[in-house]
Amino acid sequence: MISTYEVIETNKMIDEARLDVRTITMGISLLDCIDSDINIVNEKIYNKITTCAKDLVKTGEEIEAKYGVPIVNKRISVTPVALVGGAACRNEEDFVSIAKTLDKAAKAVGVNFIGGYSALVSKGMTPAEELLIRSIPVALSSTERVCSSVNVGSTKTGINMDAVKLMGEIIKECAYLTRDEESVACSKLVVFCNAPDDNPFMAGAFHGVTEADAIINVGVSGPGVVKRALEKVRGENFEVLCETIKRTAFKVTRVGQLVAQEASERLGIPFGIVDLSLAPTPAIGDSVAEILEEIGLESVGAPGTTAALALLNDQVKKGGVMASSYVGGLSGAFIPVSEDQGMIDAVNRNALTLEKLEAMTCVCSVGLDMIAVPGSTTAATLSGIIADEAAIGMINQKTTAVRLIPAYGKSIGDSVQYGGLFGYAPVMPVNPYACDDFINRGGRIPAPIHSFKN
Amino acid sequence: MTKTIITVVGKDTVGIIAKVCTYLAEKNINIMDISQTILQGYFNMMMIVDATECTMPLSEVAEEMAALGDEMGLSIRCQHEEIFNMMHRI
Repeated sequence: MISTYEVIETNKMIDEARLDVRTITMGISLLDCIDSDINIVNEKIYNKITTCAKDLVKTGEEIEAKYGVPIVNKRISVTPVALVGGAACRNEEDFVSIAKTLDKAAKAVGVNFIGGYSALVSKGMTPAEELLIRSIPVALSSTERVCSSVNVGSTKTGINMDAVKLMGEIIKECAYLTRDEESVACSKLVVFCNAPDDNPFMAGAFHGVTEADAIINVGVSGPGVVKRALEKVRGENFEVLCETIKRTAFKVTRVGQLVAQEASERLGIPFGIVDLSLAPTPAIGDSVAEILEEIGLESVGAPGTTAALALLNDQVKKGGVMASSYVGGLSGAFIPVSEDQGMIDAVNRNALTLEKLEAMTCVCSVGLDMIAVPGSTTAATLSGIIADEAAIGMINQKTTAVRLIPAYGKSIGDSVQYGGLFGYAPVMPVNPYACDDFINRGGRIPAPIHSFKN
Repeated sequence: MTKTIITVVGKDTVGIIAKVCTYLAEKNINIMDISQTILQGYFNMMMIVDATECTMPLSEVAEEMAALGDEMGLSIRCQHEEIFNMMHRI
């Protein structure tokens, strides 16, 4: 029998520590929408999405009411559009028309984001993939809910430096085309290395070609819950600290598993994975930085930050992995800057730099995320940062990503303001020395020696 | 059997249990267990109820109970038992 203490504990997590299920993301394969006629492709895509996902939002709300736990977002990820549109798209405008179809379908079913305007080019680019990448700035600036990602490297293939170079230019163009809206298109574009096929989190979600026709993936959250739990073990040793994180991660992930199973059953779509990520929001008390500070840092960015994040990331995985039958996606601790009040404060007090964030990405679940840099940052410098991040991912066999905002017309001291889940970001300084000659070499960086495991 | 957990938290006042129980009886919801304490002047109650024979969908019951709570300055929530089982039992 459930005890009063347990009921109160759960409800305190929801009320005071902002425990929530961050997203139910329905992955939908669009491979059966391929056609040589772009109009037919668009029609098939719209019909497939609005059929598969017609009950997604309603089901999410019903589950929310049944268990009394908030389910913040309902989202869709689709097969990388470069594959779906490859046979039909003759130019960039054709690809943009697919982006608009995705946006329309997302609005029709009521989801707040749709991911998968993507290309997987970790070794080479087909003409269609290059067309899609070149269409990203217009696609993201002429749609509202479409998210885009490009995978430029992997441990198995090495890094496609031509794609890295191109992405620096594309990010700059995204910033310019949405210059009147704080360069918002950049917040919907992620450059990956080792991108997972089943990530439910935006902006990097896409439905991998290894996946079934449709799938339900759930992303849990709960930095606040971990923070609250750690407050009770202040001053205790690392054994107690790690044990507390594991226990908390277990409980949080169980909620995700429950929601995922129920959503899968109600929608008649197989359950894919639970992504057990600590995903911060700008709300007070929903911060990964605050957990690191609770672990014992005066400010995130101080010496010890990387070690604290490494143990946090690992304990979250260890606690969560037993709580769910299938764990996947990114799973760990996210460290976006604009979406985490603690990170924003650390940047404002000059405790946290881009270089320290880069070190942290070696041990966090993803990478450099939602970081505003001066609008004057060159495309080559952006490519250099992407290459650094991809190299970390390639060598360490982990997912890394870059979501930078070279805020048009802004410099150090300014900030970009998005509101909502995206929050706001102070513009951070970038190392002023150039890397153009490195980026302009062209070609690809070979796969590392430890990738040959056959 | 669908077991639902009802929690009532707030400032103590006369007639809280009476009002909550009257409402549940009207909806044909059977109370299986009640535990209640006063913690630092605050009323804390947990009920385990069987809503199998309930006359309306549980989501609407939850909404109406939350509204009933608002009238009395209390927080009332109805949740399916499974969320607590999942979180606290292996």
